Amino acid sequence: MQTLWQLYSSFFRVGILTFGGGYAMLPMLTREIVERHAWATEDDIMDYYVIAQCTPGVIAVNTATFIGARVAGNLGGLVATLGVISPSYLIICAIAAFLRQFSHLAVVQHAFSGISIAVCAMVLHAAWKLIAKSVVDKVTLAVLIVTAALTILFGISPVLIVVAATCVGILAKRGEKEK
Amino acid sequence: MTFLLLIYEFFKTGLFAVGGGMATVPFLKEIARAYPWFTENELLDMIAVSESTPGPIGVNMATYSGFRAGGLLGALCSTLALVAPSIMIILIVSRMMRQFQENRLVQHAFYCLRPASAGLIVGAMASIYHETLFHPGAASLYEWLNLPALMLFALFLAGVIKFKKLHPIVFIALGAACGIVFQL
Repeated sequence: MQTLWQLYSSFFRVGILTFGGGYAMLPMLTREIVERHAWATEDDIMDYYVIAQCTPGVIAVNTATFIGARVAGNLGGLVATLGVISPSYLIICAIAAFLRQFSHLAVVQHAFSGISIAVCAMVLHAAWKLIAKSVVDKVTLAVLIVTAALTILFGISPVLIVVAATCVGILAKRGEKEK
Repeated sequence: MTFLLLIYEFFKTGLFAVGGGMATVPFLKEIARAYPWFTENELLDMIAVSESTPGPIGVNMATYSGFRAGGLLGALCSTLALVAPSIMIILIVSRMMRQFQENRLVQHAFYCLRPASAGLIVGAMASIYHETLFHPGAASLYEWLNLPALMLFALFLAGVIKFKKLHPIVFIALGAACGIVFQL
């Protein structure tokens, strides 16, 4: 019971001190999990993080579930996940309620028009980093272009594209092996 | 009914969004189109708030969407539904970690899943870019270009590339200031 509470509070702290998720959470995780509680080594954390990237869902949540499960079984995984999402829930609900009250003000609308442009630049930068990491040859380049084109031109559901890409990946690699 | 739809949509998002928080954007855009909860343009505000507040971006955006759709309870539904597939999958994977890491099928699937995820984000952003940086439906090429927005965009892009270490909240605050000063 005490371990579960420690898991919850540790991941609550990771959640509240992580801006943006992904790599940003690693220093916080190391401090809480390796240094404070010695639940895992730094190498373990990197292993969990790599797997969390290769499974569906938000990486921070996957990592939390993984570490929680390793420390205290299924219930531990659940508790750690609840811990990491609790701050998001509290903070975002407060901000969303606040913005709803003030969203009709001209000054707020101007501010958000400017913010939209900044966000466009940040998302383009994030997408570019993702492209640089994932496009390694002609096949992956083709997948990138076809996926973007299908989405823009036909508005095909992302679910279909994810399923199709999984199949293409498996088929493309299998063909390579047989040659 | 709204709550059931929220659970369904965000469970789907959690299950199929591969590659972290930003990978949920294409799914959120689909939700914006299919339901009256928020518009595609409000999606940008949601990304901005999610980047500049604590917590993983993907979770923040799901909570925000749920709140817009159905208040506190809606936010609870969407947030828990988003993480439910993660919990199930990770609890299974954590029992056979080595096999999963070395599984060729998994590696092969991810060979194409990663570029597809990037392509989905580019695709989802295209029409949002069009509306933010251009005047859709303008009569001439000159009117189509939203010059102040495009110039600001170029500045921000240069800033984001040059000052990688700066926190996103700095750019968001600058964006808000420019928006107010220039009456965008």
